[in-house]
Amino acid sequence: MEERISLAHGDGGELAHKLIGDVFVRAFGHTEESRFDAALFTVPSEKIAVTTDSFVVKPVFFPGGNIGKLAVAGTVNDIAVSGAVPLYLTAGFIIEEGFKIKDLKEIAETMAAEAEKANVRIIAGDTKVVEKGSIDGIYINTSGVGYVEKNRAVNPDGMEPGDSIIVNGTIGDHGIAILAARGELGIQTELPSDCAALNGLIKNVLSEVDGVRIMRDPTRGGLATTLVEIAEDFQATLEIDDELIPIRQEVQGACDILGYDPLYLANEGKVIFIVKKEREEQVLKILREHELGQNAAVIGRVVNREKGRLQLKTALGTTRRLNRLSGMMLPRIC
Amino acid sequence: MQEILNEFSSPQLSRKLLEKVKESAEKFIEKHGRRPAIMEVCGSHTHALAETGIKKVLKDYVNLISGPGCPVCVTEQKSIDAMIKLADGPDRIICTFGDMVRVPGTEQSLLEAKTAGKDIRIVYSPPDAVKIAEENPDKEVIFLGIGFETTIPILAVALQEALQKNIKNFSMWMTTKLVEPILRTLLDTNATKIDGFLLPGHVSIVLGKNDYQYLAEEYKIPGVIAGFEPVEMLSSIYKLINQFLDGRAEIENDYPAVVSDEGNPVAKQLIAKYFEPVDEAWRGIGIIPKSGMDIRGEFAEFNAKNRFQITVGEPRKTKCRCGEIIRGMVAPEDCPLFGKACTPLKPIGPCMVSAEGTCAAHYQYMRED
Amino acid sequence: MCVGVPAKVIEKYEYSALVDVMGSQITVGIIFVPEVEVGDYVIVHAGQAMSVIDEENAKLSIEEWRRLADAGNSE
Repeated sequence: MEERISLAHGDGGELAHKLIGDVFVRAFGHTEESRFDAALFTVPSEKIAVTTDSFVVKPVFFPGGNIGKLAVAGTVNDIAVSGAVPLYLTAGFIIEEGFKIKDLKEIAETMAAEAEKANVRIIAGDTKVVEKGSIDGIYINTSGVGYVEKNRAVNPDGMEPGDSIIVNGTIGDHGIAILAARGELGIQTELPSDCAALNGLIKNVLSEVDGVRIMRDPTRGGLATTLVEIAEDFQATLEIDDELIPIRQEVQGACDILGYDPLYLANEGKVIFIVKKEREEQVLKILREHELGQNAAVIGRVVNREKGRLQLKTALGTTRRLNRLSGMMLPRIC
Repeated sequence: MQEILNEFSSPQLSRKLLEKVKESAEKFIEKHGRRPAIMEVCGSHTHALAETGIKKVLKDYVNLISGPGCPVCVTEQKSIDAMIKLADGPDRIICTFGDMVRVPGTEQSLLEAKTAGKDIRIVYSPPDAVKIAEENPDKEVIFLGIGFETTIPILAVALQEALQKNIKNFSMWMTTKLVEPILRTLLDTNATKIDGFLLPGHVSIVLGKNDYQYLAEEYKIPGVIAGFEPVEMLSSIYKLINQFLDGRAEIENDYPAVVSDEGNPVAKQLIAKYFEPVDEAWRGIGIIPKSGMDIRGEFAEFNAKNRFQITVGEPRKTKCRCGEIIRGMVAPEDCPLFGKACTPLKPIGPCMVSAEGTCAAHYQYMRED
Repeated sequence: MCVGVPAKVIEKYEYSALVDVMGSQITVGIIFVPEVEVGDYVIVHAGQAMSVIDEENAKLSIEEWRRLADAGNSE
């Protein structure tokens, strides 16, 4: 019989101890920092970055990753796009009774692999088991700590008309990959999620380019919602060009079937850069040399610093305003 | 073939055609002292014309009036409330197109009912609801059948499947709408000045070009059946204006790769087999005789209206002007709620919630501020 | 009124077909287009193929639109 998580795995006793040893310590290691109830460490800078995020993706496994990869990459990315260098993560697991231990191991191993790739360590964790039916499989919370290197900070206040808006690749891949993996609306595609830790790519840009104004990762709400937020936060009018935005054919195809807009689909391995116009070519070159930036493209410009709004230039040459995603996207027949 | 299809949305070709449309519109304006008034009957055209920027760029040249072709927008509030109320009963699964989910009811929307724990499922195709009924034999599965002639035959497919598979726990609550009666009503009541119609490409797949002859013959109003890509829509607008300039009133098929003269015979047969014309109530207009389709008497067991007793009170009164907007009498900006109390996130009328709704199209794609 | 999308038929079964829209696929009913063949393009609405796209007419339309677009301004 397949081994499954039971309520006893969460009671702090022998089974819990064994689970932590077999699954988590085996995957994440037991490091110098982790000998006490809290992890202790020093950071190489006065200015640190802290973030937290919870992951509840359905299904837990999907083409291109699983909830564990998402939990590591997502938190690493939140630190990296803030201009900081991610160092450590914590991981909290809430697991439904009956969850397969084999699956939990696979998730932990994926997390360890992604953490190694991103050059971060998972140094504290927690496991709780809840009764069957009270959650859907497994939820993971990760918190992350990073530090800001001297002279490496981004400078959004320097944003000026003419600045370039760049994205490191095709948008909407994660949204459509998850939709297909759920199998609810009948869409089938081979497309994997773009889920990936971006700190290596971002480091390459920041270490060579002076003139990065701001970076953000367009996750839930998609490219449009994230750009609307930047526009509003920094009182800038941003314009993106419909014909320049990289979108995979199959993403566009799925959107056409269901009446979705790819500009509002989630991404998990994308970052938007706004950079000084003169640095545009240099940034593109650095991005395209990295495996996560092959399809990088300039998608638009900062128009002015007067009104906080996002506009889209259509193929006919007109512009229209883009708003935040209003509520969740629903398939439509009309 | 894919290259041909790509050409339908070619920016270069679109830009050239756009100039042609402007030129002929200028001639019209010179002759008549006003812009030509074209009603796009179909909500998908409203959406596409706004999304591609055509509406905005032609603003000073052509008066593109949004018509009654958004199914949830034209459905009167009492029917909407009744459909939402269906979710109240025990052991029920409500299946619906995504379009209905956020439409505000007097008490709540389907989305709010779902949040409160009701089993409400979004399906892409009506036969999917039959499958859900098959998988849940101890539940009553009700499909909310909205739509015009394109969707009505698909509702017939679902009914036929339930019948063939002898599925007893499936039924449909239909509030479907037909194109001809509403166009006649608009013209008979002179709701708004219309020079010609941009006719709905996908409804026309089912109806066929010949079914629109009454417009040209009885009303002397031209119509052009149009596709949904920029090149297709611009070409059809151009053809309409040329008819105005020539003083012609003809029905032209500008979507001949997809639409035939006679329509789709299988679809017409299925509609006639399972459904019959019924009086339908339209938002802001009232009952139009024989303007919808409902399940024929011999299949009454599949009619949710027979199976479930639903009573709803009088809908809440609001300042919403959807009723006039769907007849092309006022623009969204004329409504006191537009963009203020009524937004896509908190819609008051259905025209703001449906992607096809005129208010949503104006809010998403045409607002200056 | 009705979202419709062109899709290429890649597999045909008795009552349904697998269609491809630029790399994403979905199974649709074909009751309205019994004549459809693998390789044909259809217009899909709410999970049903509603019409087979006629390539010849599509080409003629494109040609007509190009002529319109390039026509001189003189009448």
